[in-house]
Amino acid sequence: MEQPAHPAFAGPGPDAEFAAALAQGRFRIQRCGACRRHVFYPRVLCPHCGAAGLGWVDAEGSGTLYSFTIVRRKAEHGGDYNVALVDLDEGPRLMSRVDGLVPEQLKIGMRLASRVIDTPRGKLLVFVQALEGTR
Amino acid sequence: MSRNLRGATAIVGAGLGGAPMAPGRGALEIQAEAVYRALSDAGLSVRDVDGIFTGSSHHFMPALSTAEYLGIHPRFSDSTMIGGASFVGHLLPAALALRAGLCDVALICYGSNQGSGFGKLKSMSETQTYEAPYEPRYPVSSYALAAARHMHAYGTRREDLAEVAVAARKWAQLNPEAYARDDLTLEQVLNARMVSDPLSVLDCCLVTDGGGALILVRAERARDFPQPPVYVLGAAMAHWHRQISALPDITVTAAAESGPRAFAMAGLRPADVDVAELYDAFTINTILFLEDLGFCGKGEGGAFVRDGALAPGGRLPVNTNGGGLSCCHPGMYGIFLLIEAVRQLRGQAGARQVAGAEVALCHGNGGVLSSQVTALLGTAAAL
Repeated sequence: MEQPAHPAFAGPGPDAEFAAALAQGRFRIQRCGACRRHVFYPRVLCPHCGAAGLGWVDAEGSGTLYSFTIVRRKAEHGGDYNVALVDLDEGPRLMSRVDGLVPEQLKIGMRLASRVIDTPRGKLLVFVQALEGTR
Repeated sequence: MSRNLRGATAIVGAGLGGAPMAPGRGALEIQAEAVYRALSDAGLSVRDVDGIFTGSSHHFMPALSTAEYLGIHPRFSDSTMIGGASFVGHLLPAALALRAGLCDVALICYGSNQGSGFGKLKSMSETQTYEAPYEPRYPVSSYALAAARHMHAYGTRREDLAEVAVAARKWAQLNPEAYARDDLTLEQVLNARMVSDPLSVLDCCLVTDGGGALILVRAERARDFPQPPVYVLGAAMAHWHRQISALPDITVTAAAESGPRAFAMAGLRPADVDVAELYDAFTINTILFLEDLGFCGKGEGGAFVRDGALAPGGRLPVNTNGGGLSCCHPGMYGIFLLIEAVRQLRGQAGARQVAGAEVALCHGNGGVLSSQVTALLGTAAAL
């Protein structure tokens, strides 16, 4: 028996679609057409309900610092840097980095806003401290 | 019902190889020593083994490499790879295969020369596409993220983490086979070089060589061997994520699921455990697992470990060989949990023997708090 065609399984996959959007400076996440929950990292099937109907939406770009660590690195190799877990307001959590603050200014629970920046290795999604009054 | 696996199999042989360091020796060579010692312990030879359960960071198809190297033609083999918890996890397929008659003598084994051969964690791990750009140090940064969140949520202190390291060292000082046996104080741990805050280098496990092997048979044969049998009373595994960013609450591991299921199979409670061997790749692990396995409530682990509670003479003997923090950690530590439990339950643990130990809990962890496997082992008296 031949399986019917399904758009979720045709063309470039979600990884490639995410990367293509990021390369244009856009931060997109998925949303399930069946259970309406947001999904990150990009997938073919919804990890909440199993449906094969994930569509793309622009992320609001706002979130909360869930946890962070300062990775110690010798100054000659670039010095210390932070690695952060960020809870997006839409629900998903992702690993990222908080730019523009020294380690002592990082506080779990602080409000963050996403930025897509240029690096020698291409575009990168990072976060900065959100302005006062943002949700 | 999983309860019918309770006491169905027993460990009748256990051995270490190349521990804690074996310069000039390869992973299979170290493993072969462990297998030889375990078989000798059981009064068996390699010709008797017809089931192989193994995992490796050195060999892509470890059951094949192991069987060929040892000259075994197994009737059944399994090399499910769930990281360091694998070998505790192998208790389950080994018990199933033995009970089903797919094999009669099961060998669980591991060997690694990552300490002298590589000097750092040997890994075949694939790159995590959505984490790698931020350069977390693998795996320590993932554990650091959990520790930082636990400290934020529950007021756990770096001093509590240090208590775990100091207790492990005190046990190691009673174990002539342990690698790190110098005196260690809380201040030394707190003042050690930071690797990935809040974890210092002394919050991290050792990088050593080492191998281990266990021989399992069906319980009805277990008394036919030279050593007192150690029965598998319960075992369960759970895993919820691969990458730390995918663990919903990083202060709660899947041990909260594997633990209760293993206890249910065994018909036991945390209060019945005489000695606990908890996979301490990092100091935060021990605190998380004490909570998730029910030795204390969530968030109470920091308080639980204070004042030498896990050290010799404390409220609960934990990681009595010195653990991954002070005994050995050749990349995947799971099998060493089981070997130490066997020694304790046989009463063969020398100066570190926990008097009258009848029930031991072994808890394996793999990946970045990812795979969780809990096993309850017991003497004949615990059956």
